[in-house]
Amino acid sequence: MAEKEQSRLRIFLDSDLVHSFLRSPVAIIATVATLICFAVAILAPLISPHCIEPICLELMNGLNPPAWTADGIPEFPLGTDEQGRDILSAIFHAARISLVVGFAAVGFGLVLGVSLGVMAGYFGGWIDTIIMRLADMQLTFPSILVALLIAGVVRSVITDLSDRGILIGVTFEDVAVFVLIVAIGLSDWPRFARVARGATMVELNKGYVSAAKVLGLPSRRIMVFHVLPNLMGPILVIATIGLALAIISEATLSFLGVGVPPTNPSLGTLIRIGNEYLFSGEWWITLFPALALVILVLSVNIIGDWLRDALNPKLRR
Amino acid sequence: MFSYLVKRIFQSVFVMLAVSLISFVLFTFVGDPVSSMVGQDTTIEQREIIREGLGLNDPFYIQFLHFIGNAVQGDFGQSWFWKKPVHELIASRLPATLELVFVSAILAMVLGVMMGVLTAIYRYHWAARLLLTVSLVGVSLPTFLIGIGLIYLFSVILGWLPSFGRGETVDLGLWHSSLMTVDGWAHIIMPAFTLSLFQMTLVLRLTRTEMLETLQTDFIKFARARGLGKRTVYYRHALRNTLVPVITIAGLNIGLLVAFSIITETVFQYPGVGLMFLKAVTLVDIPVMSAYLMLVALIFVSINFVVDVLYFVVDPRLRTQTT
Repeated sequence: MAEKEQSRLRIFLDSDLVHSFLRSPVAIIATVATLICFAVAILAPLISPHCIEPICLELMNGLNPPAWTADGIPEFPLGTDEQGRDILSAIFHAARISLVVGFAAVGFGLVLGVSLGVMAGYFGGWIDTIIMRLADMQLTFPSILVALLIAGVVRSVITDLSDRGILIGVTFEDVAVFVLIVAIGLSDWPRFARVARGATMVELNKGYVSAAKVLGLPSRRIMVFHVLPNLMGPILVIATIGLALAIISEATLSFLGVGVPPTNPSLGTLIRIGNEYLFSGEWWITLFPALALVILVLSVNIIGDWLRDALNPKLRR
Repeated sequence: MFSYLVKRIFQSVFVMLAVSLISFVLFTFVGDPVSSMVGQDTTIEQREIIREGLGLNDPFYIQFLHFIGNAVQGDFGQSWFWKKPVHELIASRLPATLELVFVSAILAMVLGVMMGVLTAIYRYHWAARLLLTVSLVGVSLPTFLIGIGLIYLFSVILGWLPSFGRGETVDLGLWHSSLMTVDGWAHIIMPAFTLSLFQMTLVLRLTRTEMLETLQTDFIKFARARGLGKRTVYYRHALRNTLVPVITIAGLNIGLLVAFSIITETVFQYPGVGLMFLKAVTLVDIPVMSAYLMLVALIFVSINFVVDVLYFVVDPRLRTQTT
């Protein structure tokens, strides 16, 4: 068993993918940066130098500039916001929220889009027509607009219901993260559906699918165990680019005020908060979360582009 | 040919119906229109009379038809927060958004084509390569960050440009325009530039590719062989043949500018319809929200329909396929 695992590892290490990765310094840097972001997000509570819960904040520490400036103190390396929240710790926690929303939204869109896409490609006929027409219609609207409209509408519906006492004990703040995940995921499913459908139709013409059909296997089994594993390449590519897009969407919605609330901020929320202090000269509240967002989005994007070129030269635009 | 158009019309109508159903459900079932109209001391019987008078006790489909009938006439009732008819609110803010979109479309086109041509002619120059790399990075950044950066540089540090609002407007009857005053231009230039960046990059890359392709063709070689000047070859002959696809694609993307104007308007607190929608969301102003949904759907459906028809006119293959 162990031997088998080892040889698999060796095959992987010797594959085109790994070779092309090792020859692309940009991809290596981007991967390292992404891994650092992931590590920071996962370990946020352990490595944050300060507690950022409302109870441990002291207003005395408010609006400290970064440590290296004239008025900065070493205790707060990147300064503090108005409530005395340490910016560095806030970024660690915010990266966590941004990544959780990003991954969950892409996961949701992927599962929905790929299942509908595979079904459309496999069955064809009216199922295909209905699913792809729906996708086409949604693609009339840019995905960020769809996400924004869904999040906005759900937000005001929930606010209204809890104001009128119909929905008791739930405020928008409690469910904001889930609303965002669903809104961004729903806005993104047509991309997955299109790619999955196209790839499924290609696979259907291959011998192994006919063989499985002749064996009398049920359609569901063929779709899940035979066709799906062969779609992983193209799906992985759009999922990676989709992750960058989802992080951008989340940050944008939070910046616009229909996303993650300030009580448990994401990177976009931090930038929104900091934006109000830009004019009074407190640039660090905005700049550092913005930099973190840029690094995260750029590196995920670069990995996505690299993957696209490495896995499937045909997808190259 | 006919069936193609019918299909397109059918699809557009379906999208509009779906969106109006959503905004109707919002309009009817969220919030209580009666309690927003009357005071605390109105009795339950009086409220019931008002409900009956408003048609709120009618069956679902009659209310829906009623809603669509009103919507077609542009009547979405009163805004709960601004206490004004919704169509007046939209009419007063739509010019701002349209001017913003218009100016950024022009900016994207002019600057994008210029940079595209230059990067194609001097393709091995270091500046051209730098421009291409920067444009790639710029495209993957969120728009609002670029807007914030511009505000910090030009408004906070340099103090050259105002960072919010529309500035001085001139009343042209139905239309309040900010494009007639210097102050208005000072206000619109930063948001318009921010909004156009994405589109500009697209135009740049497209112009560059098309230009490079055109420069390889025989008629350009012939023009060169005839001894025409570089300028004439590049601008009179090559550029002219490049522009058709560029204009088509840029026109297709006008919808994206409308969508992204929400973000730009928020960053620059520019008083257009997008900013109004976001305010309506935070204030739970349902009539404004449902009117905005319908407006956005109408804009996108119309753009798509026009584009489809144009494709049909331009590309003869579509005509044979569907008949």
